[in-house]
Formats: sequence, C-alpha cells, structure tokens
Amino acid sequence: MTRKMWLIEAEIMPKQGVNDPQGDAVRGSLDALGFPGVDRVRCGKVIRIRVAAASGEAARDMGVAMCDKLLANPVIEDYLLSVSAVEEGADR
Amino acid sequence: MNAAFTVGVVSFPGSNGDHDAIHAFEHQVGVGVRAIDYRESDLDGVDAVVLPGGFSYGDALRCGAIARFAPVMTSIRAFADAGGPVLGICNGFQILCEAHLLPGALLRNQSLRFHCFLATVRVEQADTSWTRGVAEDSILALPVAHGEGAYFIDEAGLAELEANNQVVARYCDPDGTLSTVANANGSVGSIAAICNTRRNVVGIMPHPERASDPLVGGTDGVCLLRSVLLAGESALT
Repeated sequence: MTRKMWLIEAEIMPKQGVNDPQGDAVRGSLDALGFPGVDRVRCGKVIRIRVAAASGEAARDMGVAMCDKLLANPVIEDYLLSVSAVEEGADR
Repeated sequence: MNAAFTVGVVSFPGSNGDHDAIHAFEHQVGVGVRAIDYRESDLDGVDAVVLPGGFSYGDALRCGAIARFAPVMTSIRAFADAGGPVLGICNGFQILCEAHLLPGALLRNQSLRFHCFLATVRVEQADTSWTRGVAEDSILALPVAHGEGAYFIDEAGLAELEANNQVVARYCDPDGTLSTVANANGSVGSIAAICNTRRNVVGIMPHPERASDPLVGGTDGVCLLRSVLLAGESALT
C-alpha cells in the first residue's frame, strides 16, 4: 500500500471555564485600538504535523492519539483536528 | 547527618532548582543525596524523590508536558504508587500534574507576568509526607519564581480536593488571611500546594529549598524538607 503524506492540524484551545488571561489581554488591546463589538477573545495554539499514513483516516487516528497522549491536556484544553492530503512538493 | 536516609533529586534538561535542592538536603536537612539523571531508570533505593524547579525542556508545549515522558518518570510513578514520598517543586509540581500523579494543572499567571518574590503560605495539612513536621496553620515565607503558577482544577475537582483535605497550603497575607493580593497568580482556592489522596505525593509552587539557608532567603522551608524524615504510615512499604 502506498503511504501518502498527510497534514494533521490540531487546534488546541483553553476549555470553557478555564481562565485565559492572554485572550483577555488581547481583547483589551483590540478594544483600545478601537475595533468595535469585540465580545470575547480566546488564545490557543495550532500544531501542524506532516505524517506519512496509509489513509486520511489512519492519519486522523494518529492525530487523536497524539492529542490524547501529549499535545493537549484534557484538564484545561479541548482540541479540534483536521486532516488533509499534502500535495506533491507542498511546503506546509 | 542522617546517612541512612537518601533523597533523590532529579535533573531534567532545563531544571534549575536541582542544585538548590541538593544543597538544602545535604546541608540544611542533613541527609544523603543522590543526583538522578532524567535518563536513568534505577532510583537505587532512595528514600524520597524530589522533582525540582526550572524549565524542563524549555517549557515547550506546556510546562512539564515533555518531562512527564522522560525515562526516569516510569520509576518515579512506581515509587509513588508504592507509597514513596515524592515532592514536586514549581516545575516539579507542573510535571506531577502533567503525569497525573496529582490532579489539576498550572496555568499562566493571571497577571501574565513572571512572579519572583517572597510569598507567604498557610500550611493546612500536617499529615502528608512533606508536612509532617509542620504545625497546622503555620505561616511560612517562601520565594516564588514562576510564570505558570495559577493552579486550576474544575469545580467538581476542587470540591473533591477540599473534601479529601488535599489542599496542603494556600497563599495568604502575612497574618494568615486569604486575599486576592496574596493569591497573586490567580490560583483557584488560593492553592499553593496539594497532595494526592495517599498523601505521599506533594506538589508545591513556592520554593522551600530556596528558603533553607539563613544566609539567603530565610529558613522557613526547612521544616517542609525535614518532614520527610518523620516516618508515617504512607512510608515505603
């Protein structure tokens, strides 16, 4: 079976109810800059992983395992995964 | 000097409190010390383990998240599971939380600033492996040095900690009252230190080992470090 390259993107965000002083600071700054109507800002992180896998599904399973084991801390964070095929020669 | 008792102090890449801890245990507590490298798996029969402060693995991803998987942690988990006394100081506390040896997590300080000053804490539990020699309600002046020191646990978790008397110390004013000023990092319940249900694993954000030499930082931390010498029912079986 040929193994294609996949891009796993893990979006990791502070859980609801978890303080996010960084998000609060950014919101304060957006307010100060005069952007109207800014209601809520939350800061998280995105981790991109290029991986060789037999299928998109296999890559996703791997992404879930990576998040559960290392990338996200379930006490304070939620994560969202997206998986896409990496095009030949792409530098992502 | 109690040569029969040996404390193992673990060094991870990026630890910076390891030598403070080694010095404190050797000179102020007067016990044998074994420096343990994070790649080792044999604890050589040490009587207690300390995970020191610092920035293991440069705090990459989350504080303590990478150190949790260091080879030595397998042995430390087994040691803790057998009832061996384990103390995590600052980054060591973060590592113990990431390793699920203690509940909760440490978040960015509410102020977003690195905190480096002398804090006061009230010791609330005198029956853990690391507070046995401390009178309940003792107020100790201990230095803090952290950017991610805000203890977090959800409401249900906090209720469980309180019900099980697992909150070992809280930030307080010098007279012992709790206040938002004293709880500078924004920890839930003003929590500065907790223990596991078996009470042999303790995590503390302030640095008792940096308050152990009369020449620098006072000596309020020695009573915590010395507590491990007092045998209790949770001592290694």
